[in-house]
Amino acid sequence: MSQAVAGAAPGSASPEQAQQVNDIVIRIATPNGSGSQSANNILMRSIFTMGIPVNSKNLFPSNIQGLPTWFTIRANENGWQSARNRTDLCIAMNPQTAAEDIAELHPGAMLIVREALKHLVTRDDLTVFIVPFNKIVNTVCEETRLRKMVINMIYVGVVAYLLGIEMEEVDRAVAWQFSKKAKAAELNTRAALAGYEYAIENLPRQNAFALKRSDRANGKILIEGNQAAALGMVFGGITVAAWYPITPSSSVCEYLTGFLDKYRRDENGKNTFAVVQAEDELAALGMVLGAGWAGARAFTATSGPGLSLMAEMAGLSYFAEIPAVVVDVQRMGPSTGLPTRTCQGDVAKAYALSHGDCKHILLIPGSVRECYEFAIAALDLAEKFQTMVFLMSDLDLGMNKWMSDAFDPPSTPMDRGKVLNAEALSRNGAFARYRDVDGDGIPYRTVPGTDHPNAGFFTRGTGHTETAGYSEKADVWQRNIDRLTRKFDTARDAVPAPAVQHVDGAKFAFIAYGSSDAAVEEARHLLEHEHGVTTAYLRIRALPASNAVKAFCETYPTVLVVEQNRDAQVAGILRAEFPDVAPKFKSILHYNGLPIDADSVVQQTLSHAAIKETR
Amino acid sequence: MSSPVASPAAKAPKTNRIGLVQKDYQGAESTLCAGCGHDAITSSIIKAFYELGIQPHMVAKLSGIGCSSKTTNYFLNQSHGFNSVHGRMATIATGASIANRQLVNIGISGDGDTASIGLGHFCHMVRRNIKLVYVIENNGCYGLTKGQASATADQGTVMKSGITIQSQPVDLCALAVEMGCGFVARSFSGDTQQVRTLIKAAFAHNGTAVLDIVSPCVTFNNHEGSTKSQTYARDHEEPLHEMDFIPHYENIAVEYEPGTTKVVTMHDGSRVTLKKLAIDYGANDRTKAIELLGHAREHHTFYTGLIYHNPNIVPFNDHINIVEQPLAQLPDSRTRPSNEIFAKIMQSFA
Repeated sequence: MSQAVAGAAPGSASPEQAQQVNDIVIRIATPNGSGSQSANNILMRSIFTMGIPVNSKNLFPSNIQGLPTWFTIRANENGWQSARNRTDLCIAMNPQTAAEDIAELHPGAMLIVREALKHLVTRDDLTVFIVPFNKIVNTVCEETRLRKMVINMIYVGVVAYLLGIEMEEVDRAVAWQFSKKAKAAELNTRAALAGYEYAIENLPRQNAFALKRSDRANGKILIEGNQAAALGMVFGGITVAAWYPITPSSSVCEYLTGFLDKYRRDENGKNTFAVVQAEDELAALGMVLGAGWAGARAFTATSGPGLSLMAEMAGLSYFAEIPAVVVDVQRMGPSTGLPTRTCQGDVAKAYALSHGDCKHILLIPGSVRECYEFAIAALDLAEKFQTMVFLMSDLDLGMNKWMSDAFDPPSTPMDRGKVLNAEALSRNGAFARYRDVDGDGIPYRTVPGTDHPNAGFFTRGTGHTETAGYSEKADVWQRNIDRLTRKFDTARDAVPAPAVQHVDGAKFAFIAYGSSDAAVEEARHLLEHEHGVTTAYLRIRALPASNAVKAFCETYPTVLVVEQNRDAQVAGILRAEFPDVAPKFKSILHYNGLPIDADSVVQQTLSHAAIKETR
Repeated sequence: MSSPVASPAAKAPKTNRIGLVQKDYQGAESTLCAGCGHDAITSSIIKAFYELGIQPHMVAKLSGIGCSSKTTNYFLNQSHGFNSVHGRMATIATGASIANRQLVNIGISGDGDTASIGLGHFCHMVRRNIKLVYVIENNGCYGLTKGQASATADQGTVMKSGITIQSQPVDLCALAVEMGCGFVARSFSGDTQQVRTLIKAAFAHNGTAVLDIVSPCVTFNNHEGSTKSQTYARDHEEPLHEMDFIPHYENIAVEYEPGTTKVVTMHDGSRVTLKKLAIDYGANDRTKAIELLGHAREHHTFYTGLIYHNPNIVPFNDHINIVEQPLAQLPDSRTRPSNEIFAKIMQSFA
């Protein structure tokens, strides 16, 4: 056991000698509600502001206080941001999980453990640093009730010493985290310094890992997908949002409210927006449809269980042709499932949500940047196509901090779709709400309050004629439902096109979507450089899929569809829509609630390859 | 009454204050059963709109699903109508009333739509106090699915199917008062004068106005033993007062004997006169309203009229501090912050 001995030669990590520079996975185990979040954010930010690309995964329980939480920071010079199933440095603060946390480490990993838990360290293949956190915190924090929170800042200082994080950056990150609480900032700075100084005096240097100033994160931003989506809604010009709290989507509307309060109040202090916390998800979508019908840009945010409640309203949106945007931050189901774990389990359901013949446009962001851009696109498409559009995010994308290039402000004006005002009605003469005037399946609409005797029409979820009259006639029904199909097919080429990377001669091609992107890109890199397997890649960014997806599949012998659900939902949709290429599909599935990691993609790809070779 | 002698010149049709004739407020022909109470209410609504001189294009007609919800199609053809989802009209109306605060909103619902499947939304809509006249055409049964009992059917009622109602009824007026509604009324579809007066008064209210109107289902719930039949309602109706409505744009002095009549001033300056009948009821005391409804429940009394009025409850759109111009009509320049603000936000994430 290479345990640190008190009084060992002081010194910090030396990048020149370190075996692994700017490539480390740090896992911090704490009980939730102990205030570790701010310490973890400070640690992550200090690395980020040293110019090193970072990503974090917060694995938290569906609970407010006391249950285990793990926060994983991945710092990687190459900017790989997907989850890794490997921990290089574990900080074991939580007595509940310490034994397990230590047992899970791979040989050679580093462990920072509180002195009270040192008896749990029975392995001798780890580099262990025992730190008397309680003693140190008592020296910096007189108030007992604050110690529980401040204690986490001690490990920030210890890690800074061990890995070579500049204390100046830690101080700056503390100031940033507690920008409005000077007293808290001062206390936290002191705690971090105490940890750092303890480490200098008492812990030996290590040379396995080091962090070194870089320029790879310069000019980048750190943002959560839900923040990015909220920002998209603000700049997409929403005026009405209705929502019901549900993990992991609640923060979309909470961030939204923060932005709106700041940036969307007029010179008289009045709001150019309304955010309504509804009585349930069903009401939330009802309010959005009412607002959309009345001409406002409106959206709601939810997760799987909320989506289930919205099913009937979704059919109304589709059939009565009312714009609406629903952000679905997917979590693991069915039922209450694992509310704080991620998955891509709602895709097939959202695609056909409601009863009868019903299908919807899905935009599937693969990055935080796309959470922002697709939020704006979803608002445009919903009004353009007069229908419900889903923004299919997930917990991994939505609630974790991702590094990204800064976003760009919207470059095109809002597309409000085919709306006839009084002047247009006078010019056109007749107005038939559901007539396909332009051959694209998209009719013209009017909104209440339009001052023209022909503006009014009767919106109904029942069978209707082109002029919105009630009808139960077979031919009228079929003509209308066929027009809706035509409209849907028009959307195939109007939604974000797939991102395609062709590779000449590749035997394998990936199709993936959403938050799997980071893992797939890293897996492709590993497959090529460690296994000599080159792969092509198409990332679906929206459904319905365009013919480009089919063309891509035709190019490669085997198409591996990567999904974070059990039932290969998108593979099923693609098989149904492109039956010619269906035999080429194999699935790579990940559905344990944790974010998909590159190693899993590599392993499953190699096993598909092995099966293929033995044939 | 028309004169039996033909007038020599064609008389110009009678118009309201905005120059429209009553026909301009009509809708499609009703497809409900002959004699349905709902049709009587529809007629009262048409007359009320006409008499108030409301611009049809500013009206949003909203409904859920059921016989009552169909009736939004039977008035105000020039208005936008929305026959939405069973029990969920309150949510649609909430969204529409926020999106365009200048709309004149009327919601038509039934007892199944409101008291069962949509009960939760009804309560929350009332709590929020959105700008809407919410009419419940209450017949104690599900007409469109052939007469099943609804949650407003009184305990002990024998339905046409022979089933006796065991459960307690939902009193939507009592619920509305409890939820903080500022305008609560009960009426009977056959009392057309009262219905019309109440609807006009409801449009003068700034917030949610709930009108629970007993409207007999002539096909499924008009038999002896029903407390929602024509005969029962006619025989048991006990008006709380004789009402009259004086719109804000008519400068008429009200004359009455002291102690006999109460004048209620509405938000828009219109006045409602309540002439005292058997009991002295002021309609401005929440505790007394609850007491009255409790008494009615206990003694099977069918009180009609204005049950509670309070003009001082802040309407939702004011509460959430939205701009005067309809949100739906704001130009992009007011809903999309500048590139400078965007850059500033990006900087905060760097």
